[in-house]
Amino acid sequence: MQRTNAEPDRHHARQLHPLPVRIMHWTNAIAIFIMIGSGWKIYNDDVIFGILHFPDSVVIGKWAQYGLQWHFFGMWIFVLNGIAYLSYGIASGRFRRKLLPISVTEFIATVGDALRFRLSHDDLTHYNAVQKALYLGVMAVGVLIVISGLALWKPVQFSELANLFGSFQTIRLVHFLCMTAIVAFIVVHVTLALLVPQSLLAMLTGGPAIDNARDKAPSAAAPTIAEIKTLPEVKTVPEIETSH
Amino acid sequence: MTIRPRTPSLFRPRKPIDQRVLTENRKLIEDINRRGLLRGVVSLGALTMLTGCDVSETDSVQKALRAVSSWNDGVQNAIFRANHLAPTFSPSQVMKPPRFNAYYPIEDVKPVDGASWTLELAGRIADKRPWRAQQLYALPEQEIIIRHVCVEGWDYIGQWSGPNLRDFLQRVGADLTAKYIYFICADDYTESIDMPTALHPQTILATKYAGEIIGDPFGYPLRLRTSTKLGYKNAKWIRAIEVSNEFRETYWSERGFNWYAGI
Repeated sequence: MQRTNAEPDRHHARQLHPLPVRIMHWTNAIAIFIMIGSGWKIYNDDVIFGILHFPDSVVIGKWAQYGLQWHFFGMWIFVLNGIAYLSYGIASGRFRRKLLPISVTEFIATVGDALRFRLSHDDLTHYNAVQKALYLGVMAVGVLIVISGLALWKPVQFSELANLFGSFQTIRLVHFLCMTAIVAFIVVHVTLALLVPQSLLAMLTGGPAIDNARDKAPSAAAPTIAEIKTLPEVKTVPEIETSH
Repeated sequence: MTIRPRTPSLFRPRKPIDQRVLTENRKLIEDINRRGLLRGVVSLGALTMLTGCDVSETDSVQKALRAVSSWNDGVQNAIFRANHLAPTFSPSQVMKPPRFNAYYPIEDVKPVDGASWTLELAGRIADKRPWRAQQLYALPEQEIIIRHVCVEGWDYIGQWSGPNLRDFLQRVGADLTAKYIYFICADDYTESIDMPTALHPQTILATKYAGEIIGDPFGYPLRLRTSTKLGYKNAKWIRAIEVSNEFRETYWSERGFNWYAGI
């Protein structure tokens, strides 16, 4: 996948996933793993939904204090890495290039294509409208889970923030639902990464080189739906793509 | 107040730690400790799932996690707003009776005999004469209707009254520049809070709940109630108060819970 060396002019080329993105992606993966596993342990001590109890085999921390210790350790990694990632994405223009704009018509068309198994993942450098919406959506949820976590941790020190949610149990519920959304995202994200292994590989090696000229004019250079449909090999993807 | 079914609680461990699992996996755990940090962290989680063994208990991991918890104490102290009041509520929102919490079930509560009970004072306090319950009742009373937040996740609104702790400490000539206030309880429980929390306007030595003398399960005759800490910091059945500059672990912090436990 690493085609950087093959490019004629390396100064005008960059990798799909630059090194900082890859480091922050995998750091986040570890942080999320810790936060969810330990969060489930904490949840078990006073369940929100009587029927839902996370089995001991999937939680982190045998005892409540260990779950809490992991959670309040993982939060630093998650928050600091998250701030670095969002700052980088905004400052470097990566979010603007890769995630904006989201066209409603393209979103609908992509959902339709996915349902008919006509989606292509041959071009890793371009995200379709559904992908864009999911990535932006999970980032928004990531911000909300931190804000609700802060309100849960410090409902008195940050009482102004906590009051926005209403009751203390509402904050817990919001925090829990954010976790649920992230878990749903991870299910889709990991499934697709495994179905399209070159995308997983790209997050390890950096992926194909992309030229800056195209980056600077995303609307002109990004393939249209029509172009995607005319690609010679159209891979089929299960409808889990749109089940989210 | 919605009543949810009781769930297995850390305060009532169902079964003790199976040491066998730890011994059986010791070689595996030690092996992991020798690997790189990144690989280690990833493997730790996986190991938890595969063997049901908790690496959190291994010395090096527990030491690191407690170091972070201790760092978090400092962070919480730094963001503490000394005069910021917690939200208060109306008497109609008060739950009666309050919800019981301790590390043992309510049936095991050993009531304190109020007639013979005295509050001992120790440490950096000028006037160490003990106090009887009636003397405390005679002090000016402060009432706070605040939220009790348990580390487990539940909460309720409680109506507490009794002498303000800051006033009491001043009255007995305590050194208000000292770092910690320790509470030694009639059971084997100990708790301590930092001085800024002790001096917070919503920190009281509670003797009453909803206008009545506090019931036995909830700390009769004297308990701490502060609006800025988790439930477990609010010591019940207090029999001695000590002002000190020396940090000592308390009942839950010794067991790995966060010492500062601010909310």
